[in-house]
Amino acid sequence: MAKVKGAIVVNIEKCKGCEVCIPACLQDVIGLTKEVNGKGYHYTFMDKPDACTGCMNCAIVCPDGVITVYRVKE
Amino acid sequence: MDIKDIIQEKNIVYKRTDHLTDKALSFCPGCGHGTVHRLLMEVVEEMNIQSKTIGIAPVGCSVLAYEFMNVDMIQAAHGRAPALATGIKRLNPDKYVFTYQGDGDLAAIGTAETIHASNRGEKITIIFINNGIYGMTGGQMAPTTLIGMKASTCPYGRDAERMGNPLKITELVAQLPGTYFVTRQAVHTPNHVRKAKKAIRFAMENQNNGLCFVEIVSNCPSGWKMTPNQSNTWMAENMFPFYPLGDIKVPEKKVV
Repeated sequence: MAKVKGAIVVNIEKCKGCEVCIPACLQDVIGLTKEVNGKGYHYTFMDKPDACTGCMNCAIVCPDGVITVYRVKE
Repeated sequence: MDIKDIIQEKNIVYKRTDHLTDKALSFCPGCGHGTVHRLLMEVVEEMNIQSKTIGIAPVGCSVLAYEFMNVDMIQAAHGRAPALATGIKRLNPDKYVFTYQGDGDLAAIGTAETIHASNRGEKITIIFINNGIYGMTGGQMAPTTLIGMKASTCPYGRDAERMGNPLKITELVAQLPGTYFVTRQAVHTPNHVRKAKKAIRFAMENQNNGLCFVEIVSNCPSGWKMTPNQSNTWMAENMFPFYPLGDIKVPEKKVV
């Protein structure tokens, strides 16, 4: 079976750190940074990049549409 | 495989649609409005009708839609979006016209316009965001506030005897002969977002058959005074039993 690997890129300045994407991620990839962005929000990032499958769940549930999803088949 | 090899232009499977403007959404963190804005613009993009779409946003949190949706937008007086949409659609029958309204707007001050536009069967799509509260003005009680739910004008919870019962406007509208498709959806989990997008797509495609009405039960983290995830859980536990999700009126031909 081909292995699918994914990655997300977060638009840091537009992320508001609402954390809605965190329970949406079935692989528990996403975490919240300790740093804050220009508006003072903690933003999301790929905490466990190896587990990401590029399923897009985080991106379609993100209210601000800050997540871009990439996916490749190995 | 290295992460740099994955993050390449050719591997993009999902990105924010260009039909939303570059401006950062002004909604509170976790608010369902942003998701619905994006779904609506994705539908417009998929149908390739950007130049033929006219949106109407009345007063409320929805008022700033013209800043974020990259289609022609008009702002209506409070609650009067269906009346304005009627005029626009009758003069421009080849355009796709939608209104984007909140519950304080559609179910309180604009009840007459909503019901009469639905009854006349105007060929428009109404997107109705129901969060059970007046979000923009500071969390006052709305017609859709649940019994026992706290708001700034009912700090001890809504009491049916003094403040009346919550209004299920979507069920009300579904009874009218002019409506073609009436549904209620939510956008708090990926599955619900996918279903809501299908419903919005169907509503935009079929607006020339009669009025299509899509209610989105949404959260209001600031108004409810919860974190976004708490508010989503609270919504699933308390709002959905009273406002059950699903299609309320479907045309006979629709294949789900």
